[in-house]
Amino acid sequence: MAILKDRKIIVIGDRDGIPGQAIALCAESAGGDVVFSSTECFV
Amino acid sequence: MNSVIKGTSYILAHTPEMVLYNGTTQTTERTVNPDSEYLKELPKHLRSYEEAVAYYPNQVYIGNVTPEELAQIEMPWYDKPVEGAERFGPFGEIMPNDEFLLLIQISDEFDLVKLEADFVEKVRPALAENPVVTPAMLDRIKPGVELAEIDKFVTEEAAEPLYFGGELVGCVKRAHNIDLNLSAHVLHENLVTKASGVLSVLHALRSSDVKAEEIEYLIECSEAAVGDQNQRGGGNIAKSIAEIAGLQNATGSDTRGFCAAPAHALLEAAALVKSGVFKCVAVAGGGCTAKLGMNGKDHIKKGVPVLEDMIGGFCVIIGENDGVNPELITDYVGRHRVGTGSAPQAVISSLVTDPLEQAGLGILDVDRFSTEMQNPDITRPAGAGNVPEANYKMIAALAVMRGELERPQMKDFIAKHGVTGFAPTQGHIPSGVPYMGFARLGLMNGDFKRVMIVGKGSLFLGRLTNLFDGVSFLMEPNRGVKKEDDKAADTDEIRRLIAESMRDFAHSLMLKAEQEV
Repeated sequence: MAILKDRKIIVIGDRDGIPGQAIALCAESAGGDVVFSSTECFV
Repeated sequence: MNSVIKGTSYILAHTPEMVLYNGTTQTTERTVNPDSEYLKELPKHLRSYEEAVAYYPNQVYIGNVTPEELAQIEMPWYDKPVEGAERFGPFGEIMPNDEFLLLIQISDEFDLVKLEADFVEKVRPALAENPVVTPAMLDRIKPGVELAEIDKFVTEEAAEPLYFGGELVGCVKRAHNIDLNLSAHVLHENLVTKASGVLSVLHALRSSDVKAEEIEYLIECSEAAVGDQNQRGGGNIAKSIAEIAGLQNATGSDTRGFCAAPAHALLEAAALVKSGVFKCVAVAGGGCTAKLGMNGKDHIKKGVPVLEDMIGGFCVIIGENDGVNPELITDYVGRHRVGTGSAPQAVISSLVTDPLEQAGLGILDVDRFSTEMQNPDITRPAGAGNVPEANYKMIAALAVMRGELERPQMKDFIAKHGVTGFAPTQGHIPSGVPYMGFARLGLMNGDFKRVMIVGKGSLFLGRLTNLFDGVSFLMEPNRGVKKEDDKAADTDEIRRLIAESMRDFAHSLMLKAEQEV
């Protein structure tokens, strides 16, 4: 998880997978700095 | 009494050229990288009309093949054509591109659609043979214009070109020089939605015993925004469809909610009928040009034909309880609440287990779940996985958590209670509703006791909220209604019993009096 610490992170979640907000929370809890997060639809 | 599902329709139109010129993956590529290899390669990967008709999932969509039969066919499906595939099926049809262009012209009320004169003459007889196309619709066909006029509109006045067989055969003109909402691109998109909505309504009438004049209200539930710059999304595409389809007694309105809109619209229709506001309400959704070829880059990369070449449409007719057709249950419905959150487990709980708990039912009491019916032949090569299966895995997991199922039984549960995906990736079209036709038949012939329809929508795509959304409802066999004659018979029986009791009572009083004397 240390790989995310103090890194700038762009999150693209999948509507039919893991939502962007959930990934962003994980990334932040690992010390990452989420600069953009959205959930997209690919279907 | 609950309202009933009186008829369903599912239609497709084969539109390969709209993949090239109107799908947003391609229009974006043309803007940012006009000389790209993808754009050069794409035309080689388009399917012929015959290939599109013989494609298994398309045959399932119009009702000629069942999802259960499709599940027995090994994937991929695009290289296994259906032998003797038919254009028409019990639920609808697969319309060829040329006839669909003429249907767009029929649906045009503002002389925005220009078709070449020879093309019109050639295609008109074919469309006239279609059993659902009315004489009034054929009367709306305009004679057509010279190709030079069309070319001028396209090259000088930003008209949207219409192609057939690689040739320019027409265009959609802009309706305003500056207003982007009345640009040729937007009007083309909206006219396609309207025309496919019209075809859906006509097939729903054909597949049911409902007459056009019986429909009092039409709810349109696509993702198209109709209006000018002062009222973008102002809408009532519903009434514009009703006008062309000849629903003379109908008014209507549009319901929007991304992919969840059809399920929302069906609940609204059921409520309008159950409450007595209207006797007969239709719900229809036309297709979407923007999504054509959406996953084309991945399809070409994987050597798969560009399978997103179909405009989809559907219509469901909801009527008063007739004692025959399956009921749309509104006593307990699922809904994704603002406070539900977006975690997949929370979403499925709100839509599946919450309404079942209200009804005192378990997950295994539902014979089939129709969640999102996207065709995995399209989504898997694009890296989006098998969407229906992902939903069923979550429902099965919830059943295990609730102690209704053992973990090793999950696979069997998915095979038995799930539905293999067969719908085109046309946004709102795959969401729950594609299975309502099969569900209606299964509930009427006794194969099913209960089917759940689940609609889910990605509200965050509009950038106004991060929320997800969805609603769900159950379909069940008709519980039977007391007809007026039956009620009269009951009333007569009660009268007879009361009269008999009174006679017995009077007789006992007389006996008692005689004994006292």
